Amino acid sequence: MKLLKRCYAALIYLFLYAPILILIIFSFNASKSRANWSGFTLNWYFELFKDRQIMKALYNTVVIALLSSVMATIIGTAAAIGIHNMKKLKKKLVMNLTYIPVVNPDIVTGLSLMLLFVFTKFPLGLFSLLLAHITFNLPYVILSVLPKLKQLDKNLYEAALDLGASPLHAYHKVILPEIMPGIITGMLLAFTLSVDDFVISFFTTGSGVSTLSIIIYSMARRGINPKINALSTLLFLTVLLLLIIVNLRTSGNGANKKRSDLKW
Amino acid sequence: MKKNWLSYPYLLWMVLFVFFPLLLVFFYSITDRTGEGLRFTLAHFRRFMEPIYLKVLTRSVKLALISTVLCLMLGYPMAMILAGNHFKRKNIMIFLFVVPMWMNFLLRTYAWMTLLERKGLINTFLSWLGLNPLNLLYTEEAVVLGMVYNFLPFMVLPIYSVLSKIDKNLIEAAGDLGANQFTVFLKVILPLSLPGVVSGITMVFMPAVTTFVISRLLGGGQFTLIGNLIEQQFLYAGDWSFGSAISMVMMIVILLSTSVITKYEKENEGGGLW
Repeated sequence: MKLLKRCYAALIYLFLYAPILILIIFSFNASKSRANWSGFTLNWYFELFKDRQIMKALYNTVVIALLSSVMATIIGTAAAIGIHNMKKLKKKLVMNLTYIPVVNPDIVTGLSLMLLFVFTKFPLGLFSLLLAHITFNLPYVILSVLPKLKQLDKNLYEAALDLGASPLHAYHKVILPEIMPGIITGMLLAFTLSVDDFVISFFTTGSGVSTLSIIIYSMARRGINPKINALSTLLFLTVLLLLIIVNLRTSGNGANKKRSDLKW
Repeated sequence: MKKNWLSYPYLLWMVLFVFFPLLLVFFYSITDRTGEGLRFTLAHFRRFMEPIYLKVLTRSVKLALISTVLCLMLGYPMAMILAGNHFKRKNIMIFLFVVPMWMNFLLRTYAWMTLLERKGLINTFLSWLGLNPLNLLYTEEAVVLGMVYNFLPFMVLPIYSVLSKIDKNLIEAAGDLGANQFTVFLKVILPLSLPGVVSGITMVFMPAVTTFVISRLLGGGQFTLIGNLIEQQFLYAGDWSFGSAISMVMMIVILLSTSVITKYEKENEGGGLW
């Protein structure tokens, strides 16, 4: 029985990882073929870095992910503190609004934002992409910070005030350090979601402005391209690294040692 | 502590970029732009009832259902294995299970293109065995495979999280009272895990029914799904009103079913992913 379970798990992991591993292996293949191994090469990686369109898209992706995750973290953390102090009914209303972009299909979020930009004659491009990314990142920051605020001991803040700290000073020295793990998790989550997004970017970008996802989609639609394999390998390693960091953070934080509560 | 004002920028943002855009979709879906200006109409919703579009709808639902059932069949045993204590390094097993989920889903889908294509690895292997190459890519089966591959973790994780919260004493008690392993599963484990199954089903079905990327890349554009229909109306046909009407229908169905399910989950203290 135990052996059977192990075999089943192994098969599922094989199913999950085989396509990714094959992609990675063939990114080092000398020929364009995906079936025959014809020698090791780093050629596709050089080609990748020489491709100005892809490099521009990489730059856009990173800039948008950085800016949108930082912006969403600032607006979202402030909002979470505000929401935490709201009365019950108002809180419920705001949380429902917060859940809309999480629950709504990406395609609807994307096209509704596109309609907004076109309707208000807002030029589609890098800036509209940034606004869209901040919008879908915000709920995730709030959902990461709110639980930390709930765990917070109210007396701490009041003690700081009693000891003569100004409200701002108390926030800075007492509340902020306590909720920091939630803020950082939220920011990393926002960053990853932004890098990963395709559907919403696809609808809210203008001609000539691409992110990596958009480039991959337009290349993949035309068929196989070894440069995408090289790109996949690099992206996979980046995601792996980010996840390891996030995971070490959450497990190092004594409050939720109980691993059964999955954060993902 | 009156800190409500801290959330005002956020509320303004959400009204501007979430609420107002959805209102626009609604507005487009019930109006017609004629020479004389705007006119109220329900024609776009009626048009969606035409046979060609209904066929797209049934195909989307059919493929999403098949994928959901397959995910459940493959995922439930996997969730049980992950929830059991069969491995020394359980955390790492779960971590490894989550990693592919975070890889760009276009790349995950693309990976299958390279495997399934005419000169791909699977066909090369077949011809090496002396068999004829098969048409694997650009079929309905390829689309289903892509959906199962992309959404399997969404089925496994909620079930896993419910299973690992089940009180082990209940299982032992059932055993002490004379139930065999199969009866324990049927009468204790399965009913207790239902909330996780329900949220798994929604988390697979919803993205599967709205996708347009998987059907485009693995189906080669031959199998129009409802997501492709919306994409076409907005980006190629330019019929925004019709596209909005389809989106409205899809959104209402999804928001309604999600709210029903979250209510069910709250009653049963189910294992949502968030």
